[in-house]
Amino acid sequence: MQLDGKTPSGPLQDKWDKYRFETKLVNPANKRKYSVIVVGTGLAGSAASASLAELGYNVKTFCIQDSPRRAHSIAAQGGINAAKNYPNDGDSIWRLFYDTIKGGDFRAREANVYRLAQVSNSIIDQCVAQGVPFAREYGGMLANRSFGGAQVSRTFYARGQTGQQLLLGAYSALSRQIGTGKVEMFTRRELVDIVIVQDKARGIIVRNLITGEMERHAADAVVLATGGYGTVFYLSTMADSCNVGAAFKAYKKGALFANPCFTQIHPTCIPHTSDYQAKLTLMSESLRNDGRVWVPKDSNDNRRPNQIPEEERRYFLEEKYPSFGNLVPRDVASRNAKEMCDAGLGVGATGYAVYLDFADAIKRDGKDVIQRKYGNLFDMYRNITDDNPYETPMMIYPASHYTMGGLWVDYELQTTIPGLFSLGESNFSDHGANRLGASALMQGLADGYFVIPYTIGPYLATNGVSDITENHQAFRDAAQKALEHDQKLLAINGKQTVREIHVKLGKIMEEHVGMARNAAGLKQAIEEIQGLREDFWKDVKVPGTASDYNLSLQKAGRLADFLEFAEVMALDALERDESCGCHLREEHQTEENEAKRDDDGYCHVAAWEYDGYGNTPKFHKEPLVFENVALTQRSYK
Amino acid sequence: MTTTEEHTINITLKVWRQKGPRDKGRFETIPVQNVETHTSFLEMLDLVNEKLTHEGKEPIAFDNDCREGICGTCGCVVDGVPHGPQKAMTLCQLHMRKFSNGDVIAVEPWRARAFKVIKDLMVDRSPLDKIIQSGGYVSVNTGSPQDANAIPVPMDVAEKAMDAAACIGCGACVAACPNASAMLFVSAKVSQLALLPQGKPEAAERAISMVKAMDDLLFGNCSNHRVCEAVCPKEISIINIARLNREFIKAGFASEAV
Ligand SMILES: Cc1cc2nc3c(=O)[nH]c(=O)nc-3n(C[C@H](O)[C@H](O)[C@H](O)COP(=O)(O)OP(=O)(O)OC[C@H]3O[C@@H](n4cnc5c(N)ncnc54)[C@H](O)[C@@H]3O)c2cc1C
Ligand code: FES
Repeated sequence: MQLDGKTPSGPLQDKWDKYRFETKLVNPANKRKYSVIVVGTGLAGSAASASLAELGYNVKTFCIQDSPRRAHSIAAQGGINAAKNYPNDGDSIWRLFYDTIKGGDFRAREANVYRLAQVSNSIIDQCVAQGVPFAREYGGMLANRSFGGAQVSRTFYARGQTGQQLLLGAYSALSRQIGTGKVEMFTRRELVDIVIVQDKARGIIVRNLITGEMERHAADAVVLATGGYGTVFYLSTMADSCNVGAAFKAYKKGALFANPCFTQIHPTCIPHTSDYQAKLTLMSESLRNDGRVWVPKDSNDNRRPNQIPEEERRYFLEEKYPSFGNLVPRDVASRNAKEMCDAGLGVGATGYAVYLDFADAIKRDGKDVIQRKYGNLFDMYRNITDDNPYETPMMIYPASHYTMGGLWVDYELQTTIPGLFSLGESNFSDHGANRLGASALMQGLADGYFVIPYTIGPYLATNGVSDITENHQAFRDAAQKALEHDQKLLAINGKQTVREIHVKLGKIMEEHVGMARNAAGLKQAIEEIQGLREDFWKDVKVPGTASDYNLSLQKAGRLADFLEFAEVMALDALERDESCGCHLREEHQTEENEAKRDDDGYCHVAAWEYDGYGNTPKFHKEPLVFENVALTQRSYK
Repeated sequence: MTTTEEHTINITLKVWRQKGPRDKGRFETIPVQNVETHTSFLEMLDLVNEKLTHEGKEPIAFDNDCREGICGTCGCVVDGVPHGPQKAMTLCQLHMRKFSNGDVIAVEPWRARAFKVIKDLMVDRSPLDKIIQSGGYVSVNTGSPQDANAIPVPMDVAEKAMDAAACIGCGACVAACPNASAMLFVSAKVSQLALLPQGKPEAAERAISMVKAMDDLLFGNCSNHRVCEAVCPKEISIINIARLNREFIKAGFASEAV
């Protein structure tokens, strides 16, 4: 298969204009003849649904939650980037583009990233027009702050609830279109299959989560905006319902999955304390501005942190990275914490935590200043752990947070299945091997508001209105197969709960496909995943029936996908015999333990094609061509 | 001393079980042993569900997603109080250390005419979405609006708008209100948008349509009991209801004038 990214020719700055000028438009009067399915109501899906409906398309939108407003995007805290250059500190579209490409360790497509930077400013304008209450300065102008990986202040925010406010803005635009009847909204629905007729995406099968029914929906095009797959690690900062299911169903139907091993582990999360735990809560990265990270020098030191004298502590980030200290990028901070704990120096109940200490900052600036900066985070920490971080150091540990990999898409955000598009975290397109803070919200809204409304047009205009309905045999077959899949799960009636097996999968992934990977470990992981998958199909216990609300059944279905997908992740990590961004292969490090890229061998997108259950998927390459930036090596010493 | 010791308690749950909207429902008594006080309330329910699953019984159905207090998905009435005993806290953020050994804890779904019980502790809150669909937005299409800094918004106005916008739409206010009114919910959205210059042109119309939608959807009226504010996990203030009333009165005058 020849992968064609469909990047328009010409200078980088002109590509998007050129594309928009040269593509076939759908006549405004004809738009109402077309129907589009959008799956997902996070930033990407809500923005896309609203914008497509405003253009006149008939939209059907689906989400798992009981309301579109509750998509996982709601939880984003820190902010959203844009190249507005309001602070006059030297930002530009070019700089945002460059930072994003470099942050991704040169494993993303130049043209897509440039377009993202170009439309970033319109996003802020759009959100303000919707009534998003961004933080303001006294004069009434929008406030900005800086975020990791950038030397300019380009992050817009709404307290610590930026994702919530952006999502509620998109949700209000979506609600307006639901009110006018241009969007038909289906909540508590889970995509269980994508229907392909004559090689084109023609619709979906969803489970009605309340009644258990398999519902069939046909349309002229299908857009997936179904988010990331970080919950493959079981414990993560993601919401409970996050899953790989929709993207994985697309993969099984022939869409390629790109760079599945590129996953981001966030360094500052509340650690895992025991097996009852359901999630790891993110503590904002900003804490590392004032907190000092350390572990005791002696692995047998059981004293309380405050009783350990200064000279018996090891401030490992400050020691190893004298110039960046505690502010090294996410991946570097995460890996070093893991190394300390693996060496037996970790603290806390499980030995998998390090201290983040504010004592010096409080001594220097006073408690008031620290409280003003981080009060809400300290309160949140205290509520969860019952420890008072003003008096005793916080304990933190890295956790799965974001997935850069996703469905392979071209410049139009179309997958390798014609008529099937993918937006937001569910595609692979913009962040390469590592995402910078505040750039996921930007990408979700860019894709939804400003890219898909243009790029879906040529497909629809070329292919015309489909006459395939829900009664087509392909829909019946797919719905029947989905029902049988449920029955199969219910019939196993084994001894292990879905959660118990998911915990086991998480442990394998964390151990071998997490922050640091090596060939032997990855091979072992593949074997272990295969074994666990067999166990699952023999021994899982799913109570209840398929004909009403059954969370165990939903979760069993999601875990079944993860048990196949995890193997593709490990395989991808094994195949990529270099380090880059978040993907650290222990065999390839600089002397400073930095990711050592191999640009001659691996400057490409790895895209996997499904080849039947239990078979090794087929590997495809999309070479990455850099015409505008020079590939450099990161260093934070 | 700052670090809490590991600690376990035994409790008894009296939890509402209801097969579906047409089932009458009943309380089921479930003793729960050795609950670590570090667990959250929902993690405790997870453990109960694991046990039920092993026993071949159906787990308790309850809604949740983010478990960070921001998505608004979770929520039950715990010992008579929506989201439980801790102020300004969603149920997912409530921890078992707030309970004592031997406690009997009653857990029920939101009860309101407008919210039908779907199963056990889950209710249908889609009427809240319908209220927003009736006008809880600024009518602006995706496109090229003016530059975001073209209209300055004083910091204190932006902050007040943000206070109102913090609503997570969980429905606790409705569950707490003796009239099962959604007035706090409606007023938060009306205030947020009426405070900001972008939302002003439609402010009056918005207030009228949203209150009408609320009435049509079988929510009750507000008679100033203020319990909504007391249970709101995001501490949305009833000042918003005063603002809503102002918009509503203005709207009344405006429509008479036509
Ligand atoms: C704690 C946290 C903090 C973050 N903070 C920031 C930040 O400050 N800045 C930043 O830029 N990024 C941040 N991120 C990342 C960012 O929030 C996400 O990457 C982004 O919101 C994803 O948006 P999305 O629209 O692609 O998907 P999501 O918001 O995940 O939405 C997915 C949608 O798809 C639906 N769905 C999924 N599967 C199915 C299915 N099978 N069937 C039907 N529907 C389905 C869901 O119901 C949901 O509606 C943060 C992430 C986390 C976890
Ligand atoms: S689960 Fe999201 S607020 Fe409780």
